[in-house]
Amino acid sequence: MRIPPFLTQRLAISCMWIITALTLGVLIFVVAYILYHGLPLLTWTFLSEAPRSMGREGGVLPMIVGTLWCTALAVLVAAPVGVATAIYLTEYTREGRLTNIIRFGADCLAGIPSIIFGLFGFVFFVITLGMGFSILAGSLTLAIMVLPTIIRTAEEAIRRVPQSYRDVSYGLGSTRWQMVTRVVLRSALPGICTGIVLSVGRCVSETAAVMLTAGAALGFPRSALESSRTLALHFYILSREGISMPLAFATASVLILAILIINLSAYWLMRRFVTKVV
Amino acid sequence: MKKEKIISLVLLLMALSAISSLAVITFFIFHEGLPIIFKVGLGGFLLSDQWYPTEGSFGILGMIVGSLAVTAGALIIGVVFGLGCAVLLTQFCPPRLVAIIKPSIELLAGIPSVVYGFIGVSILVPFIRDSFGGPGLSVLAASIVLGVMVLPTITSISVDALQAVPRTYREGSIALGATEWQTTHMVIFKAARSGIVAAVILGMGRAIGETMAVIMVAGNPIGMPHGLLDPVRTLTSNIALEMGYSAGDHRKALFATGVVLFVIIMILNTIALAVSRRRAGKVLAQ
Repeated sequence: MRIPPFLTQRLAISCMWIITALTLGVLIFVVAYILYHGLPLLTWTFLSEAPRSMGREGGVLPMIVGTLWCTALAVLVAAPVGVATAIYLTEYTREGRLTNIIRFGADCLAGIPSIIFGLFGFVFFVITLGMGFSILAGSLTLAIMVLPTIIRTAEEAIRRVPQSYRDVSYGLGSTRWQMVTRVVLRSALPGICTGIVLSVGRCVSETAAVMLTAGAALGFPRSALESSRTLALHFYILSREGISMPLAFATASVLILAILIINLSAYWLMRRFVTKVV
Repeated sequence: MKKEKIISLVLLLMALSAISSLAVITFFIFHEGLPIIFKVGLGGFLLSDQWYPTEGSFGILGMIVGSLAVTAGALIIGVVFGLGCAVLLTQFCPPRLVAIIKPSIELLAGIPSVVYGFIGVSILVPFIRDSFGGPGLSVLAASIVLGVMVLPTITSISVDALQAVPRTYREGSIALGATEWQTTHMVIFKAARSGIVAAVILGMGRAIGETMAVIMVAGNPIGMPHGLLDPVRTLTSNIALEMGYSAGDHRKALFATGVVLFVIIMILNTIALAVSRRRAGKVLAQ
């Protein structure tokens, strides 16, 4: 017996709705589970104190500071390089062997797992360049890790700038560089920012790479050359070594809230960008 | 004019940073890892599951099998769910809902892997232990957690591929009397095939490379896993677990584990790039 096509269609579509609903259910569950257990423990003292007795008590201020240091440094290094790469690829050269090689490099870099970045950062920054376990080594490793994201989003954003903008700018007598900085970059800015914000998110949530490069020191980092534990790593250690479940939940809810804020702002930037261009 | 030349040169130098980082990473990982592979012998390294680094036996077969098993499991879940979401989003979902669902799935990708691992170990692992037996920390648990983690990758790349199919294909098929579902799986799916394959391969790369979540739910014993409910150690967790206290040959062997992982990932990347480039060429040719 043949099943009539409209019935198959109805079946298939309902299956896909169920699948999508389940997926969204997982997301809601993960966020709700962490926030439900963590938010009640999220107090001002937790955010403003240093941990005591290996993290059994106290707060996470040094980890917040360490995470901010690592993320900020990584983005400060990766953003200019990534945007410059995107400008070069779109405005300063023709498509050819060289652009293919550059894109191949970025695409491959994007696929490399974070643990490999960690191994590399450990042997290159920590040992060969003598930085030791430090925020600097961690953030340079993270910078290489997020570079492809920034390149790709910046390139897409720049490509979406209408050709007429460039023509008008040239028509008014500007040089290429003036055209790029005053016209193209300005209208591609929200798109570029989206990429940067997403990279911030990746830096905040990264664990494996920073574990092998920034170390796991509990103290308050005084300079970029000191080791510091990031929030994600702190959460990992707290929960894996069973040091303190309540504090692990509280740390996780800080992480989740940060990621929610970061992703929402990336989304907001992206929408603004799309409506503006269209 | 001279200024423009300098600017162009500086930009070129910056643009070369990605490819040169890749080169430096490759050099250092191989430089650290290769000598021990030659010392132990390729066969002894890849084809033995005896990993007793303090006694000088470095066999990673168990971990290779572990990584592959976990990845295969993750792909089954990731592909079914990821493609289901992608097809729904591109073909059957009202735009207003797409505007909510798509960013939510992207948010799923933003959640730190340690959080997934934590949820896995506090909910999924006890559930598996109570309902299927075994220690709970298992191939199955790792596959499910990884499946959820690779799902957004597969969804977002497949969505791009499905959206790139020209509208005329769809209209032509509907005009011939096919239902929307027939159109989707007979026409649009075929046209977007290479993009979807690339999505699956990239998802596979993510699953093999994921570390922290797997460590938390897989149990990490040494040796070969024998079933879905057996605990398992992957290549990535081997590196992350032992890096902290290793030294000498042991450390080099961990880098060698990294070399194997790196080679697998590069092969997958290259296949994915080649597949999606072929698609780009084909679309241009039309």
